[in-house]
Amino acid sequence: MSDRQLANSQLGSLEYDPAPESAAIAKLKPSYGLFIDGEFSDAASHGQFATINPANEETLSMVAQANAVDVDRAVVSARHAYDKVWSKTTGAQRSKYLFRIARLIQERSRELAVVETLDNGKPIRESRDVDIPLAAAHFFYYAGWADKLDHAGFGPNPKPLGVAGQIIPWNFPLLMAAWKLAPALAAGNTCVLKPAETTPLSALVLAEILQQAELPLGVVNIVTGDGSTGAALVDHPDVDKIAFTGSTEVGRMIQQRTAASHKHLTLELGGKGANIVFDDAPIDEMIEGIIDGIFFNQGHVCCAGSRLLVQESVADEVLRRLVRRVEQLRVGDPLDKNTDVGAINSAAQLLRIRELTAFGESEGATRYTSSCELPQKGYWFAPTVFADVAQSHRIAREEIFGPVLSVLTFRTPEEAVAKANNTNYGLACGIWSEKGSRTLWVAERLRAGVIWANTYNRFDPTSPFGGMRESGFGREGGRHGLEAYLNV
Amino acid sequence: MSDARLDVRKTYKLLINGAYPRSESGRSYEVTSAKGAFLANVAQGSRKDVRDAVSAARAAQAKWWNATAYNRGQVIYRLAEMAESRRDELAEHVALAEGVNVRTSQKKVSASIDRIVWYAGWTDKVAQVLGGTNPVAGPFFNFSIPVPSGVVGVVGVQESLEGFVEAIMAPLCVGNTVVALASETRPTPAVLLGEMTSASDFPAGVLNIVTGLTSELAPVLAAHEDVDGLDICGVTRDAADELAVLGAGSIKRVFRPRENETDSSLRRLRAFVETSTVWHTIGQ
Amino acid sequence: MAARGVASVVQVSTAPLRLVTEQDRSVQIAATIAVPTIESEAQLKALLTSLSGVDAVGADARAAKLSTRSIKKSTKLAAIEMAISMVDLTTLEGADTPGRVTSLCTKAMRPDPRDLTIPSVAAVCVYPDLVAHARSVLGSSPVAVASVATSFPSGRASLKVKLMDVRDAVSAGADEIDMVIDRGAFLSGRIGQVFDEVVAVKEACGEAHLKVILETGELVTYDNVRRASWIAMLGGADFIKTSTGKVTVNATLPVALVMLEAVRDFAETAGPTVGVKVAGGIRTTKDAIRYLVLVNETVGSTWLTPNKFRFGASSLLNDLLMQRLKQQRGTYVRADEFSAD
Repeated sequence: MSDRQLANSQLGSLEYDPAPESAAIAKLKPSYGLFIDGEFSDAASHGQFATINPANEETLSMVAQANAVDVDRAVVSARHAYDKVWSKTTGAQRSKYLFRIARLIQERSRELAVVETLDNGKPIRESRDVDIPLAAAHFFYYAGWADKLDHAGFGPNPKPLGVAGQIIPWNFPLLMAAWKLAPALAAGNTCVLKPAETTPLSALVLAEILQQAELPLGVVNIVTGDGSTGAALVDHPDVDKIAFTGSTEVGRMIQQRTAASHKHLTLELGGKGANIVFDDAPIDEMIEGIIDGIFFNQGHVCCAGSRLLVQESVADEVLRRLVRRVEQLRVGDPLDKNTDVGAINSAAQLLRIRELTAFGESEGATRYTSSCELPQKGYWFAPTVFADVAQSHRIAREEIFGPVLSVLTFRTPEEAVAKANNTNYGLACGIWSEKGSRTLWVAERLRAGVIWANTYNRFDPTSPFGGMRESGFGREGGRHGLEAYLNV
Repeated sequence: MSDARLDVRKTYKLLINGAYPRSESGRSYEVTSAKGAFLANVAQGSRKDVRDAVSAARAAQAKWWNATAYNRGQVIYRLAEMAESRRDELAEHVALAEGVNVRTSQKKVSASIDRIVWYAGWTDKVAQVLGGTNPVAGPFFNFSIPVPSGVVGVVGVQESLEGFVEAIMAPLCVGNTVVALASETRPTPAVLLGEMTSASDFPAGVLNIVTGLTSELAPVLAAHEDVDGLDICGVTRDAADELAVLGAGSIKRVFRPRENETDSSLRRLRAFVETSTVWHTIGQ
Repeated sequence: MAARGVASVVQVSTAPLRLVTEQDRSVQIAATIAVPTIESEAQLKALLTSLSGVDAVGADARAAKLSTRSIKKSTKLAAIEMAISMVDLTTLEGADTPGRVTSLCTKAMRPDPRDLTIPSVAAVCVYPDLVAHARSVLGSSPVAVASVATSFPSGRASLKVKLMDVRDAVSAGADEIDMVIDRGAFLSGRIGQVFDEVVAVKEACGEAHLKVILETGELVTYDNVRRASWIAMLGGADFIKTSTGKVTVNATLPVALVMLEAVRDFAETAGPTVGVKVAGGIRTTKDAIRYLVLVNETVGSTWLTPNKFRFGASSLLNDLLMQRLKQQRGTYVRADEFSAD
């Protein structure tokens, strides 16, 4: 090496300065009422609860707690809107309302992204690049269906169900609201939406958007509250349809409570997705795919690739690269544009993740945890990988719903399929291989509603999403998503 | 004494995993014609028979689904051929079971056989009608295909042949395997049809038929966690409610009749299929 | 086929991963495969075939994701200065003159004559006939002279001519040689020929460092980029470089990503630490910072030095200077603040 080159040989480093998005963009109000019949109003009990920022435990806003009386008022409003207005509104008109809503979401996307990140704890990069654009895309997609239902493959002139009660989870608050509302409205139903207790805010901003869109009063009603609010909605006799996204435990309860009624039901429940890695996988993209599969949204994803099934011959190499990559994940302030992994959504969820990971260790799995520094306040869990996991371990069977990956091995495609299917769930799986015929062979045998080959955690409004077995039934997205809201 | 030939009677048995056992319980029950005449001592299936039938159906499911749709169509069409060749026998049993005259029962048999043919033709169309490619906004090939839910339980259809055919054929033709509880009071047409599957190249376990008391067996089937779907059109509203709640325990797909529904066949075809969506990258 | 004893540098990386469990248990998993000596084309082919494929969609997505990193404030200033120090200030025109090269060299040593805290660029890059002139202008400054050789940019000449081209540039004082691979040979499967040429050019370089230009725009697929990277590294490249800047498709983020993964994997499999040079079409500070982020998050700080990462560019330097001034002044700066050459 010449002197000239030696002079240049000092090592460099690039530590990123904080690049936080401004919380003020959210323009949060100190309190929010229930959105019933087109306007915000107090709960009958005047009860409120605080919604907090899980990244620092500070209160963001006070939100109304709806009880059975409020839910009834919302259902009455939705029924009235259905009978008097929405069922008489042409498909073309409904279509244009939905297009309006889609545009308004785009216009207020930055605000919505910040609201989502504050309330949920997810990185702003994800709310900005995934949640909000996809929510708008869902409204755009279903807007186009509203006046084309005759061509949706369910026979001529398919009819809506009536009033839909929709209960959504905290992991993708606005996106789940869009997944529920857009197809329901396109099909001609009116809605009562119940956002998750810990993440009500983006739905309430959406309520403002519905006002700006001049959607007829009562077509969409939004009732905030805890589990009792959801139960009141499920049990309400004048609801024609329940759509629920959440845990299998609650889904089972809802199915039991509605089984003997006239209510239509679709359920999108838990999962324990297997991400299957063959020895010919495109290794660098596969590592990224594993990371996306389990650390996207802190692993708070029903379709997360939480079980990694690696072909034994490459297991050491994959694990080595994986733990190195895990260490690079930037964990911290969700509002920082460079954050990869944000805060755990709630204290309760953090507790569950801790409990299950403690089981992982006591059952003898080898634990690798990122050495990242975690903030003092808020709910945080460092990205974690468990190796040497057996199919019988709790961490290989139960949905952790956190940034925790369990790594198992297999030797043959048949064994991979058998292990992947050895679960009560059936939501999503991944396959990593450069060999097309084997990928399709495996895909054909996996019991999962969504299968990603050489990618993971991709979503699109045209692509049906939903599970098999105890991951629920019914599809959201695509032509198939209409079926959940039509009497066909 | 008359020297007329004494006919040889048949014992009506279960169909489990391609075999025709008596109930493991050894029990049987008396089935009469609609007019009250003794017809047969039919095997009275037990909880364990239901369990064995579900195990057989589970074991057979992958093979049935992995057969080509063309092949499933051939097998089902073969069943129509078998039924046609034994149509008089079927008609006789339908007439006895339902108390209708032979002309009516002949019509019912004809309709049933035609329905089997109809479903035989569905096997390789379902994926095209219910599936397709999805134009996602990105470099991915994305397609959805209907895949079977798995094991479907069918409960006590009273229309001894037509209704039974409808209830079993829809799930079978899309690749499910079936455990059917035959009508408690009118089981013999279903049992006959079951016998014909052996001559129709149905793999063992694809169709299983258990005869017995609906009130005893249906809750077992409905609550069985390895049953993925449940058709409860054959029971009363109250019984169906009870079974639907049991089925919810393992998040079953439950198919029930709807008011004012004239033709439920397309809904039936969709009832026990799952949409599986595959994404694959598109790149050089 | 030339045999080259790369395997003699077998050094298993033992640096532990900085990963710890919650019980503070450190994890040490290190690669242990050694880079083999290449003795036949068949062996080379087998080695390349054993490399993992690249999923183009995944590579594009990863590069796109990293390009959303927000680099602000002091990081941005540091990144700008780092980028300046990594520039191979380049002029490769038929109309080049000694006067232009003089101007370029002056700028290379003192990018902004008003601010001597700004680092000099890494090198100036010229055609062989201007190496001696550049050398004389740069004198004892830390700025290296790089020269394109081997019948740049097409590479369409006999090996004999290419080697003469190299020796000529080296004897004129070039510290670094940027060679082009024979894309025709690569694409037609004559990879042994490509390898042999790299080995031969490396030998002809003597003390000078060798940068091997893959011309990724002509290789088209990322699989080809990965394989060509390995041929170059096995042949003895000190740097692998994306492009000549003379074809339609130049450096892209995903191509750089694939090449960075290649140098990382090569170093891990007990090969030497090879540098990466991106060239062609990189004109703005924003572009440059995206590449630095890519380096930072793919291969880490070992490569964040002019010794291991370079930008082949001409107009980039002025934009870096402008953005640096903007960061300092807080106002936007006019382009004429800096000399056009």
